Amino acid sequence: MAPAAAVAKPPPKRRRALYPRRLPYLLIAPAGLLMLGFIAYPVISVFYYSLQHYNPTKPWRNGFAGFENFTHAFTQDPMFWDTLQFSVKWVVVEVGLQLLFGLALALIVNQTFIGRGISRAMVFSPWAVSGVLTSVIWVLLYNSQTGITRYLADMGIGSYGTSWLSDTGTVFSAAIIADLWRGVPFFAILILADLQSVSKDLYEAAEVDGASRFRQFIHITLPHLKNAIVLSTLLRAVWEFNNVDLLYTLTGGGPAGATTTLPLYVANTSVDAHNFGYASALTTVAFVILLFFSILYLRLSKFGSDDK
Amino acid sequence: MITQEAPAPTAGAAAGRGRPGPRKARRRAWDEVPRWQIFLPLSIYLLFTLIPFYWILLFALRPSGSTSLIPWPMTGEHFEKVWTERSFAVYFQNSVVTGVASLLMTTLVALVGGYALARFDFRGKRPFMLGLLCSQFVPGALLLVPLFQIFAKLQLINSLTSVVIAETVFQLPLSMILIAGFIRNVPYSLEEAAWVDGCTRFRAFCTIVLPLLRPGLIAVGSFAFVHAWNHFLFALMFLSQQDKQTIPVGLNTLMSADSVDLGALAAGGIIAAVPVVIVFGFIQKWLITGFSSGAVKG
Repeated sequence: MAPAAAVAKPPPKRRRALYPRRLPYLLIAPAGLLMLGFIAYPVISVFYYSLQHYNPTKPWRNGFAGFENFTHAFTQDPMFWDTLQFSVKWVVVEVGLQLLFGLALALIVNQTFIGRGISRAMVFSPWAVSGVLTSVIWVLLYNSQTGITRYLADMGIGSYGTSWLSDTGTVFSAAIIADLWRGVPFFAILILADLQSVSKDLYEAAEVDGASRFRQFIHITLPHLKNAIVLSTLLRAVWEFNNVDLLYTLTGGGPAGATTTLPLYVANTSVDAHNFGYASALTTVAFVILLFFSILYLRLSKFGSDDK
Repeated sequence: MITQEAPAPTAGAAAGRGRPGPRKARRRAWDEVPRWQIFLPLSIYLLFTLIPFYWILLFALRPSGSTSLIPWPMTGEHFEKVWTERSFAVYFQNSVVTGVASLLMTTLVALVGGYALARFDFRGKRPFMLGLLCSQFVPGALLLVPLFQIFAKLQLINSLTSVVIAETVFQLPLSMILIAGFIRNVPYSLEEAAWVDGCTRFRAFCTIVLPLLRPGLIAVGSFAFVHAWNHFLFALMFLSQQDKQTIPVGLNTLMSADSVDLGALAAGGIIAAVPVVIVFGFIQKWLITGFSSGAVKG
């Protein structure tokens, strides 16, 4: 098409063609419909079923339940409190340790040294490993006959015979270490990205002032990283709360329910016990907890308020 | 920040006045972190990271029954066994189909929607954005049963389509927010210039904007692929026929067997890891530029 012809066209018509009012709706329609159908609708149906007795294997009880499912969870179901407590413990320990190690690791690989590129690649690599594959790897490591625990026992750490995963005393630490292995790189990557945007001038000024390296870290680096840390810990906490891949495949919630998180309990209740009404009520409780926690966390940390 | 910086030189000069020469020299040397403070913690952490990788390689490569700590003599028996007897050939094919389909669907839908978010102000945009953000808090694991019911109604149980849809839907919000950020980084004036030259909006987008989005699209697409490749729960729930299952489900089956064949399990794990390693090796360059250009500013 010759440019001259295009310019000769009357401008009003062209403007209407370029700014059609329906176009943006047309463009977001595929995404919107997918999310309405496969996220919004399931969420609403969970809310609906949380107020129902609904169990395909016991159809004679099905019907409106009011808040019975909720009162049952809060007053008569010790598993609910146990699994909720374990979830909180799991999330706090995981996110805390991942942040600590991730921050330390990011500070280290942010220095200039020989072999930095390859070190970064190696240190970050478990990040791409799936939950199931992490389980496979750590099942091999924790195997009591041929795993690394046997060699550790040779050196006097731990004992022969039992796998760390089948002993209620060690299973928590064992699962925590496995999840740390793949979780630390997430924080290290995000914090490293943010570290690279700290202005060098600030450090030079602090240096001239005679501030020690530790005080530079406290007064320059940490405040700079604050928003990244708040956001990444929140995302990670929600993710760790919700994610079941690792524990489902590594311990299956056992031994004797010692590593069952609330979502794992919900999955068992709905999938194995078919008690879908009750599982929906538990899901609703989990939603509310997550929402409340997120809002509280963002408020308390004054997220985004110190942008200068 | 600037007001705090300003008095720094004078303060520094005052502090340095007492001992001018040596102190300055010491500061310069001190500027570098001592090497051992880098290499000691780094080596310890690298051991923690790499030993598990070595362990799985060891189990996959050494013959069954061997207790040697070096995978020698090397054997391919476990790979052969897991590929044919444990039908990982089928799982692999299913995983590739699911991964590629999720990649295409996520990228396409997110690109189209992201363009609308980046270039238009329209009624309902804010609620829509809020919906995207909120959906990040919705755990897929807790929606398994309602999703199962929906797919059962659509007769998609035991069809890879159900897994592709589920993976896409949960990848969409973040992908769309990222892509909208990438598009905002391309000046609108470039597109407008093309319209003046007679391009339609669609053609201007394809010829001007799309090439500039390549790093970002590669980043988003590869994440969609890796996510779908790695994800386990949807495939476990929606695909009960063995010939429809994916690699993570196959691994879980191997792991939950009564007597676990550790060699086959390790070989299966390596088969599961290879595509991910290839994707990340291939896109590393794009990944860094993609995320530094779009994600931060978006």
